[in-house]
Amino acid sequence: MVELSVLQQRFGTELVESTFRDNRRIDVPAAKLFDLLSCLKSDHGFNTLIDMTAVDYLEYEGATDRFGVVYMLLDVFGGERVIVRTAVNLPDPKLPSVYSLWRGADWMEREVFDMFGIVFDGHPDLRRILMPEEFAAFPLRKDYPLKGRGERHNFPVITRAGS
Amino acid sequence: MAVGLPENVFMTKLDAAASWARSNSLWPMPFATACCGIELMATAASRHDLARFGAEVMRFSPRQCDLLIVAGRVVMKMLPVLQRIWLQMPEPKWCISMGACACSGGVFDTYAVVQGVDRFIPVDMYVPGCPPRPEQLLAAVIDMQAKVRRTGTVMGKEFLARDTPMGPEPFESEERYRIQDANLVQLGGFSAAMTSAGMKRGAGNHG
Repeated sequence: MVELSVLQQRFGTELVESTFRDNRRIDVPAAKLFDLLSCLKSDHGFNTLIDMTAVDYLEYEGATDRFGVVYMLLDVFGGERVIVRTAVNLPDPKLPSVYSLWRGADWMEREVFDMFGIVFDGHPDLRRILMPEEFAAFPLRKDYPLKGRGERHNFPVITRAGS
Repeated sequence: MAVGLPENVFMTKLDAAASWARSNSLWPMPFATACCGIELMATAASRHDLARFGAEVMRFSPRQCDLLIVAGRVVMKMLPVLQRIWLQMPEPKWCISMGACACSGGVFDTYAVVQGVDRFIPVDMYVPGCPPRPEQLLAAVIDMQAKVRRTGTVMGKEFLARDTPMGPEPFESEERYRIQDANLVQLGGFSAAMTSAGMKRGAGNHG
C-alpha cells in the first residue's frame, strides 16, 4: 500500500488523504497532478486508469472550487486502488493530459471535455465524443439548462414534397 | 356485369390496384434505437407474426423499403442519420412513429433528445405507448394499409400536395424563450434561422 507520507515527502504537504466507504482518496493541486500520477504509475504500480470523470461543484455546500476532476487508479497485480482528485476553475479550466501514461485516458478525457469543457493539454485528439461537433455548450455544467438551449431544433425540416 | 366478363376477372382502377398491391406488401425499414425496437422484433416474431399482413420483410437497406418504423428515441446526433435514411427510401414511402419517445420525446426532455421525429421528417401514423405492445403496432400496420389503399395513386401524386411537415409546431413556447434568453451567438446564423418561417438551417452548416 502506498503510504501518504512517502508521497508527501516528494510532493509536499498539500496532499490530503481521506476515506469514504473504503475508497481511499488523495487530493492534489492541479499543478502537481501529472507528476503525482506518473509517480503512482511508475513507482507504485498503478498500471490501470479505471475511470476518470469530473464533478461540477457549482452551488455545492462547502465547495471552494468549481470543478473536481477524479482519476480512479488500480494496481492490477497488487489489487490496490486509489482515487486521485484535483480541482480546476473557470475561466480557464485546464489540466495536463494523462494520455501519455495510460492510453485509456483518450476517450475519457474527450468525454470530460465534451460534457464539462475542461481542456486537456497534450491530448492528441481533443474533440467532442458524445455531442455533435457543432454543439456549442457543455451540457453537464450545472448552469446549463436541463432542456438545453434549443439546440435540439437546429436541423432542417424534411417535408413530403421535399423528399 | 353487362359486359360479360369471364370468371375470375375484375374491373378496377389502376390507382386502386397499385394501392392494393402496395398495402399488402409493406416492407418495413426498422429504425430501432430503444426498447420499442424489442417490441418491434416481437411483432415480427412468430407469436404476433407480422407476416400475416405482408409486412415481414424487414430490410436493412432503405433502398428496398417503403415503410419506415421509427422505434425509440432519436437524439441530436442520430437525427441526420434518420433524415438520410428517409431520403434514401424510394417513393412511395410511409412512416410510422412508434412509441412515446419517437412521437414526442417521451420522458426524455433533455438537451440531446429530439422531441418528436415528426418535427423533422413526415410521419403518417403514430403509435402511443411506452413501449407499445405488438398488438398496437399491428393495429398501426393495419391502419397504415387502410390509409395506403385510401390515398394511393400510381404515381404517388398525393404526396406532392403535402408540403408542410405534419405534426406539432417545431417549437414549444418555453423552448423559444430559452433560446432568446441564451442568445446563442456561437451557433452562427441560428437566431436568423429562428425568425424565418421554415426553421431551416443554412445548407453549409449541416453535413
